[in-house]
Amino acid sequence: MRLKQALFLDRMVNKLMNLLRSNTTTDYSWIPQHHTPHRYPQFAGKLLLRQEIPLSDEQIDHLVTSSVFTKVDSIEPHLWGHRCRRCGNKASHLFGLMPHTSCKKECRYCRSCIQMGRVLECEPLYVGSSYVSWTAHENPCAWQGKLTVYQQNAADQLVNLVEKGAGEKLVWAVCGAGKTEMLFPAITKALETGKRVCLATPRTDVVRELLPRFQKAFPEVRMQALYGDSPDKTGDAPLILATTHQLLRYGRAFDVMIVDEVDAFPFHNDESLHYACKRAAKMDASIIYLTATPRKVQKKRMRKKELPVVFVPKRFHGHPLPVPQLKLTPTLHRFLKKGELPPKLLKQIAEQQTSPRQLLLFLPSIKKAEEMALLLKGKGYTVEAVHAEDIDRAEKIAAFRKKKYRVLVTTTILERGVTFPSVDVFVIDAGHGVFDEAALVQIAGRAGRSHDDPTGNVHFYHIGKTDALLNAIESIEYMNRLGRNT
Amino acid sequence: MRCLICHEEIIPEVSWVTFWKPPVEIKMCGDCRAALEKIDGPCCPVCHRPDHKGVCRDCEQWSDTQFGTFDKNVAVFRYNEFGKKFVARWKYRGDYVLFQAIKKEIQRKWEMTGVEKHIIVPVPLSKQREAERGFNQSEAIILALAKEPISLFDRLHSEKQSKRGKKERMQSENPFILRRPVHESVVIVDDIYTTGRTVRHMASRLREYGCPSVSSFTIFR
Repeated sequence: MRLKQALFLDRMVNKLMNLLRSNTTTDYSWIPQHHTPHRYPQFAGKLLLRQEIPLSDEQIDHLVTSSVFTKVDSIEPHLWGHRCRRCGNKASHLFGLMPHTSCKKECRYCRSCIQMGRVLECEPLYVGSSYVSWTAHENPCAWQGKLTVYQQNAADQLVNLVEKGAGEKLVWAVCGAGKTEMLFPAITKALETGKRVCLATPRTDVVRELLPRFQKAFPEVRMQALYGDSPDKTGDAPLILATTHQLLRYGRAFDVMIVDEVDAFPFHNDESLHYACKRAAKMDASIIYLTATPRKVQKKRMRKKELPVVFVPKRFHGHPLPVPQLKLTPTLHRFLKKGELPPKLLKQIAEQQTSPRQLLLFLPSIKKAEEMALLLKGKGYTVEAVHAEDIDRAEKIAAFRKKKYRVLVTTTILERGVTFPSVDVFVIDAGHGVFDEAALVQIAGRAGRSHDDPTGNVHFYHIGKTDALLNAIESIEYMNRLGRNT
Repeated sequence: MRCLICHEEIIPEVSWVTFWKPPVEIKMCGDCRAALEKIDGPCCPVCHRPDHKGVCRDCEQWSDTQFGTFDKNVAVFRYNEFGKKFVARWKYRGDYVLFQAIKKEIQRKWEMTGVEKHIIVPVPLSKQREAERGFNQSEAIILALAKEPISLFDRLHSEKQSKRGKKERMQSENPFILRRPVHESVVIVDDIYTTGRTVRHMASRLREYGCPSVSSFTIFR
């Protein structure tokens, strides 16, 4: 009798502990792990709402009975509230109640991922079995270029990881290291062995830019680019390029998961994207993270030796990163307030403009950027301002790349992903809070990105050194040192 | 407290007045409130088109073709970009609770309109559309006003109005079927008045069967 009571108590305590723990841990055990082979690649590893499946009710019922699809609850109750299984949202203010006409009850729905179709408590999520045999491609890679020593080293390690299967690796590569190219061998390996690959990146622009490059490198492989308004949304290809948001529709789908720019907005700081990213990879997937500026979380895991890392400290052209120069300008704020610049700074801009290089000017806010563009226009330079809410953003950037004008004034939105062949970079008010370490490293990385002009001047104008400024410079010098020593 | 629309935290002002009273729940932040523009200048007396003196051209055309079927419309907000986004999220995406954010403004205007004694009729959805959305937006507004919606119509399934051009809308068949005639004044509640086609379709049915007057109340114009 005693024993029975003790056992019962033990079980209850365990249950309670699990309940409490469920607040902080992500649990994907609701995704069925039975492997039903099937021939519907468009549903492989998918997490869909009823209205996202273009089939009749009878057809779906058939797929459910043959366990291609498994119905699961879409919102799970917890001790502390609820969690949306699609986006992982658990904030109580991001759930709503609605009197539902079909079930004549108040039904809970998730407000966090409602842009992708409403997840209702009373409607199941359809989880597609991921067991589809993907064709093994023979020599899928048509890319002929050569990798540098560092790129090759990273590429080899990634190939090893893909061969091994389950595991993680962080590639810490400087801005302009040629990250995409060094992924090719690993992706080739995966495609040769019939694995499914996904490259996820936080920004739509990047997905759009990557697609033609991948199509050229893997001409025979079926691939799809998925983003908010992409023309093709089926997602049934063995090679998927997607924004991290699109991963909300996947669960245990990919054998190789590549997460680009782990430190970038909106991925960094958005819990639901992390939730989706982790879920999209299979249990035994190889996960590759790419970054030029790891955040605290990753650095901590690196120090604990939880996350193996490979460095690519040199750019593809072999030249070191331009090290930013700190320029103390105590009168900066006074002039900025009036919408002007200190004479010393203006002189340096004038000097810079005599060189053939174009100028990228970073400012902390949209308002300031527009003011500066106006000021410089008044001084006779050809200037454009670009910011996040700008409708002509893409055209303006393209025009600058074609050297249609000399000075581009912008905010942190152009900090990464864009490449201009030959620019100098000035950051005005670099001590401002929006310029954190990662942003500054990325901004400095805009200079000297081409073979023909592998250097460039990077000036940080500030009114006093901040930690971010010093850390950024330290991090750049560290990478240069790594590149020199070996 | 968070804004229902943009999810930003709202920090309520503290004064001696608010100090003594129990806290009032604020559902919308100042930025979103400013982005929703109320209609309170001159407007068309028939359809409530903002910034218009006298009866607008559309309404003149209406009175040429269907004289006297429809009294007038009252709207609360302008259908600006923010309004479009709001409707898209609330109605098409189905974020039901979003309406709570603007409920107070709607109530205030409703009380000023003076249609208290009218029969309040929602715009019906076809069965198919209602199953898709999970709720009827027009009934949701009426319920939020703490009134009782009285369904008088059935509706045949057709393409969404918002997906048609103006010309197509004007020529569309009347999809509404009146269940029973009424002999009291009616106010139709809907989310948007765009061309006035929907409310006039309903109004002509009502008037055919002896309803003395039909007006409408919409959130956006």
